Amino acid sequence: MAAAGTIAIAAHYRYRKAKNLVMMGLTIFATVITLAPLFLVLGYLLYKGASSLNLAFFTRLPAPVGEVGGGMANAIVGTFELVLMAGLMGVPIGVGAGIYLAEHRGTRLADGIRFAADVMMGVPSIVVGIFAYAIVVRPMGGFSAFAGSVALATIMIPLVTRTTEEMVLLVPHELREASLALGVPRWRTTISVVARTAMGGIATGVILATARIAGETAPLLFTAFGNHFWSTSLKGPVAALPVQVYTYAISPFADWQRQAWAGALVLTGIVLALELGVRAVTGGQARTPR
Amino acid sequence: MAQQADIAIHDAAIVRGEARRHRPFRKRLVGDRIFGLSTLGLALVVLGLLIALAMVLGQASIPALRQFGWHFLISADWDPVNDVYGALPFIYGTAVSSALALTIAVPLSLGVALCLNELAPVWLKRPIAFLVELLAAIPSVVYGLWAIFVLGPWLRDNVEPILHGLLGFLPLFQGPRTSVSMLSAGVILAVMVIPYISSVCTDVFAVVPQSQREAALALGATKWEMVRLSVLPPSTSGVVGAIILGLGRALGETIAVAMIIGNSPNISASLFAPAATLASVIANEFAEATTSMYQAALIELGLVLMAVAIVLNVMARMLVVGVSRRAGVK
Amino acid sequence: MPDKILVHHLTAWFGAVRAVHDINMNIPQGNITAIIGPSGCGKSTFVRCLNRMHEVIVGARAEGEVVLDNENIYAPEVDPVQVRRRIGMVFQKPTPFPTMSIEDNVAAGLKLNGVNFSRAEKDEVVERCLKQAALWEEVKDRLRAAGGSLSGGQQQRLCVARALAVEPEVLLMDEPCSALDPISTARIEELLIELKANYTIVIVTHNMQQAARTADMTAFLYAGELIEFGETRQIFTNPNRRETEDYITGRFG
Repeated sequence: MAAAGTIAIAAHYRYRKAKNLVMMGLTIFATVITLAPLFLVLGYLLYKGASSLNLAFFTRLPAPVGEVGGGMANAIVGTFELVLMAGLMGVPIGVGAGIYLAEHRGTRLADGIRFAADVMMGVPSIVVGIFAYAIVVRPMGGFSAFAGSVALATIMIPLVTRTTEEMVLLVPHELREASLALGVPRWRTTISVVARTAMGGIATGVILATARIAGETAPLLFTAFGNHFWSTSLKGPVAALPVQVYTYAISPFADWQRQAWAGALVLTGIVLALELGVRAVTGGQARTPR
Repeated sequence: MAQQADIAIHDAAIVRGEARRHRPFRKRLVGDRIFGLSTLGLALVVLGLLIALAMVLGQASIPALRQFGWHFLISADWDPVNDVYGALPFIYGTAVSSALALTIAVPLSLGVALCLNELAPVWLKRPIAFLVELLAAIPSVVYGLWAIFVLGPWLRDNVEPILHGLLGFLPLFQGPRTSVSMLSAGVILAVMVIPYISSVCTDVFAVVPQSQREAALALGATKWEMVRLSVLPPSTSGVVGAIILGLGRALGETIAVAMIIGNSPNISASLFAPAATLASVIANEFAEATTSMYQAALIELGLVLMAVAIVLNVMARMLVVGVSRRAGVK
Repeated sequence: MPDKILVHHLTAWFGAVRAVHDINMNIPQGNITAIIGPSGCGKSTFVRCLNRMHEVIVGARAEGEVVLDNENIYAPEVDPVQVRRRIGMVFQKPTPFPTMSIEDNVAAGLKLNGVNFSRAEKDEVVERCLKQAALWEEVKDRLRAAGGSLSGGQQQRLCVARALAVEPEVLLMDEPCSALDPISTARIEELLIELKANYTIVIVTHNMQQAARTADMTAFLYAGELIEFGETRQIFTNPNRRETEDYITGRFG
């Protein structure tokens, strides 16, 4: 009676404990499985790519098809050029829009623009590439670095807009009031006090957005297109590191595949350096917007 | 201009600390107006970009829309040689690869989120969360490269035989095995999508008040029972939102998939066979699209992709309203 | 004492909610005028109307006249920005600009208004204002340190110095001591009595003893209306209105 009941409860309790252990164990297992690819990818990058990183890789142009040797110098420079130009277009628009959204919170237009920025963050980057192709490549008659920058800027703008808005909203309203009470006009208050106080956070957002677009391949496939030679002109196709890695990786040539690993290592290194650098400076406060 | 001189004299008096002079009160709002218009203009660019995106894509697909109409979406006939196009293989490929990715990613993401919130000691939380975020930072082409040379062959040689052995009666796991396949694409997609789903789930679980957890534990529940009682139920809509967000990401993922899925515009029942997605076919064929109908068809695929991605994104945001952002900006 | 500010029929709203109703008051020059009353009675709102800071809040508006030296600051052609140069304000929470040093904070009002000054002139302004705010001795060796590195009381005195640098004629203070410890509070109260010589001061306070200690005139507000206004001594020892007496003796508030 009572004794049998107690035994049943005890047995059931052992079952519950075991189930608990299993489920908790599964979550740990899930975490390990999730993180494994991170280490595997980074590990293989180093393993397969590090040995190909020599001076020639960073200074030479790609060798003709089928030949061994050469480097990705033009692709590295090209990536810098594309990202820089995208930033020149995207950062002012993004920061300005972010400030507008923060200042006019609650109005219908601001809500609409914020919604548009959020929606744009969900648009696949290949679609952005088509967009840039249609409005830049077609009228210009050919692939160009400018088209590539436009595509990258389009990806960058919503990211910078949202992080800027969030950072400006974090500035306490008392600071704005203190400035207005000194007889400082509204616009000057926004620029020299509010935005200046939020500058660290805004810069963080910009750097994270830069890291993101530096690694993008799809939007460049038919805008910047790629180039085997040096090119810094805005009007012609330009090489970019992610595109170069892509082209080499899917090629049948063993030497190109070897260089693809090296290029991927360099690209990942740049992106991770930006992401880690930003987190180190802000003490881990940075968060990429989703 | 007399006003300017007046002000300058007054300012100089201020700096010298002399008795204040009476200043005219006239309005000087030019600065505010210029600044306001500038920020408004820049903000409207953002709105304009989205509208332009939709319009440009719509307009560029018109030739294909007119030629094929709704039939486009259900036709499996992708024949550039004869300028006949149908989207079905790619819709199928996108749907299956994403479904496979989510099947793998969702349980794992939930596990990570639970582990982070309920199990991990405080000093481990930040590092683990950080590592999971790093997964999202690795460029897509790098994942693709790794998939071609490491993941694909490994799946073909180690996993596919097992799947065939255990579940070979299903058409899913029959047929010749290659490293470039739907299966490989699904797996690499899962890897890429997990950080997004798990970080949203982590935030959603973290928002559950501690008092709820304590109430369950005080009743004598084990940790797992506490999770089932107090943490999961209020988080359902958030988790669904996270899954939809992940789905949206998976649909739009282009490069890694293009590198490992084999790019075959055929519908096959087997996961071991190569396939193609909406995004991967655009990436692979756009630059060589010779005829204008070919281009228009590919652009129409992009239009379909964008529409679905936007709808999913909006749905996801409605479900996760504010949770992730509130928890993220601490 | 001539009157510095004349308030006529001042009414203020937050959207549809009326916070301050038909206030008429003459604020004498060179005096400290205290505004007292229970929480939510509208004292902060009233004072913020005096330098047109009330309308900064979205949906807020004010009607009536506030006359400073024969000019109505609510006249349609008047620029609120100019008003705030002549009527300064110190807030409850000390808010030095975090990205600026102490000396830059003091000079901020001038710099942000485009006033040009040389390095020597700036040093002079900074020293003069910090001395007026009784902060000079404590910070004169670290003028380049960040504004946020000071204690609460020091930060508040820095905000006073900053407000003084633009040479206002009137200084409005919205509960300037409520976030400070008693010693800093005493310091600020001493400061106010020193400043009285050169400025007209209006101070909002929920601390009646503070009003009794420092103010020449006291106004008692309740539910957005001015109940009584007179010499401090009279208000506290022999109030005319029963509401005033109830508040003073602690029966509510």
